[in-house]
Amino acid sequence: MATSTIDAGKRPKTGSILLKTVMAVSGLIFVGFILAHMYGNLMIFAGRETFNEYAHHLREFGSPMLPEKGFLWVMRITLIVALVAHAGSAFALWSRAGKARTTRYVQRKGQWATFVKRSMRWGGAALLIFVVFHILHFTTNTIQIGGDYDNPADRLLNSFGVWWAVLIYLFAVACLGMHLLHGIWSAGMTLGLNRSLDAAERLRLTAILVAVVVVVGFALPPLAIFLGLIP
Amino acid sequence: MKLTLKIWRQSGPEDKGGVVTYPIEGVSEDMSFLEMLDVLNEGLIAEGEEPVAFDSDCREGICGMCGVMINGEAHGPERTTTCQLHMRSFRDGDEIVIEPWRADAFPVIKDLCVDRSAFDRIIQAGGYISANTGSAPDAHATPVPKENADRAFMAAECIGCGACVAACPNASGMLFMGSKITHLGEFPQGQPERDARVVSMTAQHDHEGFGGCTNLGECSRACPKGIPLNVISQMNGDLLRAQRHRS
Repeated sequence: MATSTIDAGKRPKTGSILLKTVMAVSGLIFVGFILAHMYGNLMIFAGRETFNEYAHHLREFGSPMLPEKGFLWVMRITLIVALVAHAGSAFALWSRAGKARTTRYVQRKGQWATFVKRSMRWGGAALLIFVVFHILHFTTNTIQIGGDYDNPADRLLNSFGVWWAVLIYLFAVACLGMHLLHGIWSAGMTLGLNRSLDAAERLRLTAILVAVVVVVGFALPPLAIFLGLIP
Repeated sequence: MKLTLKIWRQSGPEDKGGVVTYPIEGVSEDMSFLEMLDVLNEGLIAEGEEPVAFDSDCREGICGMCGVMINGEAHGPERTTTCQLHMRSFRDGDEIVIEPWRADAFPVIKDLCVDRSAFDRIIQAGGYISANTGSAPDAHATPVPKENADRAFMAAECIGCGACVAACPNASGMLFMGSKITHLGEFPQGQPERDARVVSMTAQHDHEGFGGCTNLGECSRACPKGIPLNVISQMNGDLLRAQRHRS
């Protein structure tokens, strides 16, 4: 019978696969949120009225069964919990990986994998900083770009008239695209969905499809606004 | 062929170690990489120097002893074991850097030899089936569908050389472990201990100090037996299933 020979006290508290599972599940919550967020952003193409109506409706979602902003707060708390779980597991695994090879190779062949690994870790850290900036910008209005505003649509149009704001957001979207490209593949691997070569191909295509849709969907509004395509 | 070898020399586990350069001449393209090292060592012994310590056993690509890092790639530029790598894969005048596997779970014993007992302890934690050792059962007593038999055989090709750990940016042993779990999990005989096996082996893996998997696939690309990444996903799925069964 398979029995463990390790002292209970010496066992790592949480196995690395369990940490990866936490990352996969919390990551998929983000994917769902990101797609909904992207859909909301695209409403700016239907005009200011529609966009403002959408922004207002988010606050009254589920009313009168839910109090005002009730749905919003359920979403916010879910996302904060997912964020803490995702980033916490990532940093724990990052540190374990560092301890697993303390003597480096004298020579290492340039690896695509090393680039992807760095883009996940440093790109993920960049996204974390961006999320803070993004909330200070559009949610709390602490950071104002392009002057004050009267409604959500005006704030959006003012901000993306400024070239450097467009650049910051496009850079963040690029980071997000890279993160999703490997993240969705990795989540599928961790949740045990890749059991054959065909399944691997399906998983890879899904990751590419979602990443492309998200990058295009998020890049369109700032670009269109900057180029003056939205009145 | 004339070559310049840059080899990691380390007199023992406590020694700091470093790279030493050895010029070598008269290497034939038909020599295997290990034969080339034998020639180097004969020269060193004749000069009264300590020969380079490296592991080897079967020299036919099935025992998994001979892994070294060659020019930053596990087992060198071809997808095979170091003993099956031939000098025709290099060019006259090349500089070749040879290092031991690097992972804290694989401490260096001497020069290019590392201690891979951590793999043995992972297998001891559950990489087997507990079976009655009576007379051999009839071959058709426990039917195994061909697909399962094929996949089990594919996973059972693992020779435990450790190239997956050496190539992994996180020094993770998941491909090795996933191979054994997939191999036994495809058979009816592997089912009774399937949950306990994955729980126990993965705990041992982390305990040994291997890193976590980031699903990058360097292990599979370095594997001399070409074991695919899906054995890792199989293991992850099995662990989730074991947790569900337990709760």
